[in-house]
Amino acid sequence: MNTCIERLKNGIITENPTFVMMLGMCPTLAVTSTAINGLGMGLTTTVVLVMSNLFISLLRRVIPDTVRIPAFIVIVASFVTVIQLLLKGFIPSLDQSLGVYIPLIVVNCIILGRAEAYASKNPPLASLFDGLGMGLGFTLGLTCIGICREVIGAGSIFGITFIPEDYHITFFVLAPGAFLVLAFLTALQNKLKMPSATNRTDADGISCGGDCAGCIGCSGAANKGMIEAERVAAKAAKAQAAKEAAAKAKAAKEAKAAEAAKQNEAAGSSDALGKKED
Amino acid sequence: MSKLLNISSSPHVRDGSTTQSIMWDVVIALIPATVFGIWNFGINALLLIVTCIVTCVLAEYIWEKCMKLPLTVSDGSAVLTGLLLALNLSSSFPLWMAILGSVFAIIIVKQLFGGLGQNFMNPALGARCFLMVSFAGQMTSFAYNGPVGLHYQSGKELDAITTVTPLAAIKSGETANLADMFFGNIAGTIGETSALALLIGAAYLLIHRIISLKIPVTYLVTFAIFMLLFGGHGFDLNYLAMELCGGGLLLGAFFMATDYVTSPITPKGQIVFGIFLGILTGVFRVFGASAEGVSYAIIICNLLVPLIERVTIPTPFGKEGIKDGK
Repeated sequence: MNTCIERLKNGIITENPTFVMMLGMCPTLAVTSTAINGLGMGLTTTVVLVMSNLFISLLRRVIPDTVRIPAFIVIVASFVTVIQLLLKGFIPSLDQSLGVYIPLIVVNCIILGRAEAYASKNPPLASLFDGLGMGLGFTLGLTCIGICREVIGAGSIFGITFIPEDYHITFFVLAPGAFLVLAFLTALQNKLKMPSATNRTDADGISCGGDCAGCIGCSGAANKGMIEAERVAAKAAKAQAAKEAAAKAKAAKEAKAAEAAKQNEAAGSSDALGKKED
Repeated sequence: MSKLLNISSSPHVRDGSTTQSIMWDVVIALIPATVFGIWNFGINALLLIVTCIVTCVLAEYIWEKCMKLPLTVSDGSAVLTGLLLALNLSSSFPLWMAILGSVFAIIIVKQLFGGLGQNFMNPALGARCFLMVSFAGQMTSFAYNGPVGLHYQSGKELDAITTVTPLAAIKSGETANLADMFFGNIAGTIGETSALALLIGAAYLLIHRIISLKIPVTYLVTFAIFMLLFGGHGFDLNYLAMELCGGGLLLGAFFMATDYVTSPITPKGQIVFGIFLGILTGVFRVFGASAEGVSYAIIICNLLVPLIERVTIPTPFGKEGIKDGK
């Protein structure tokens, strides 16, 4: 059970696909012009992700390693087809506004990424919760972006208009607004030091060690060597300091022990003396 | 050691110009166009210009204070951005939108990318395109009342009439008065109407060697050739002259395409940059839906600058004929 909760938290916060892993950028930028579109896209992806993770995990011993990618794609595509037909039947308006991005869920890198990185190596229940967590994280990201763009660009939220049309900044409903809002929300996420993988100073899986808010430059840039040298020097200094502190503590302990022994000795000798005197 | 014998490391050629002096020189060069704009469009234009400049300077000041950065307000670049943005707006443009545009120019286009010298596109033009995308209606509605008299229509005195720019008129097949377009008695954005005022400013910049002729001349020549070939009017010099005077072409060519930060530094690159600008502007004007295309052309070419610079690195002296520094 613990793994399941951990998987949920991992998907929604620690490795949020939108703001931390930056996966699935195409639907993120393309369909989030309104909050309802973002929510719809997110939930659709969640359903596909949960089902595909579950089935890939169940079949993980059956699928030969050499043809696993085509097999994953077939599984994902089947669920996407099912979802698309369901959407067409029951929520035609959402199907129309999401358009081609529904079939494109097949090639969404979050789904293939989770299949490859988690579901194909882990038991079904954990994989199911991994898919649920990732899907909800994706939904959260898309809905946040959708709300921001809709409020600024169209003066409404979930379709309820509250700002008169003269004050709509159309820029945010159009493509450039998507990039801006995504960038600002990601920056905010880092600035507020939310508990995601990129805000740790000691993240294992990230080559630069995470800590995006305190980052001083792109590690692919010309100053990479300098930054790395600084990091190594800082680490060495820290280790040195720790070593010194440990040595000091040890010395202090030894001194104390020696003193105590001396006192003991003195006491012992005095005892002895006393005994002798007796 | 005597000062005469004291030699510092290169570069040895020194020049008195600073960022500040260059920025103020460009502002001075824009004064004819600004004054003409105010005279042409009245108090609204003045109000817009002041609003944009004040907002830009304030935005830069507040940002740098909040981010604990060194204050660069006094270098005049924010003033110039504000002035250029205002000159790119229609005189009837709402003030709050102008404020929004100014903040966008300074905070998003300039400061978020690292401040002066780091901005990847011209802040004033970035903001103009932001406003164009957001408020297309207000950006393209040009109220014009003429510099001296008011328009009279059916015996009634009017404050102003909403009209199309000559460029839009030419595009839709009508004609325009070339002399009016040269002197500037036409509708348009505040700073772009008078070709004469802009050319006076350009001459000032050229005499003071703030800009070189490379970018503007290649830009205008390429554009002229493109219009002769694809404009659909054949070899019609009258049409060509109107296309050259109309719209923001001169303002863009002399004052915005030559922006130091967003234009190539290599001599060959500047020529390539100018050619791209000319072709793109022509494409937008002839084949585009809108009559004007200067600002989009300049912004797109701003984005191409790193690539242009990369392929036009000049060969260092003494390395001619040696490839790849081997």
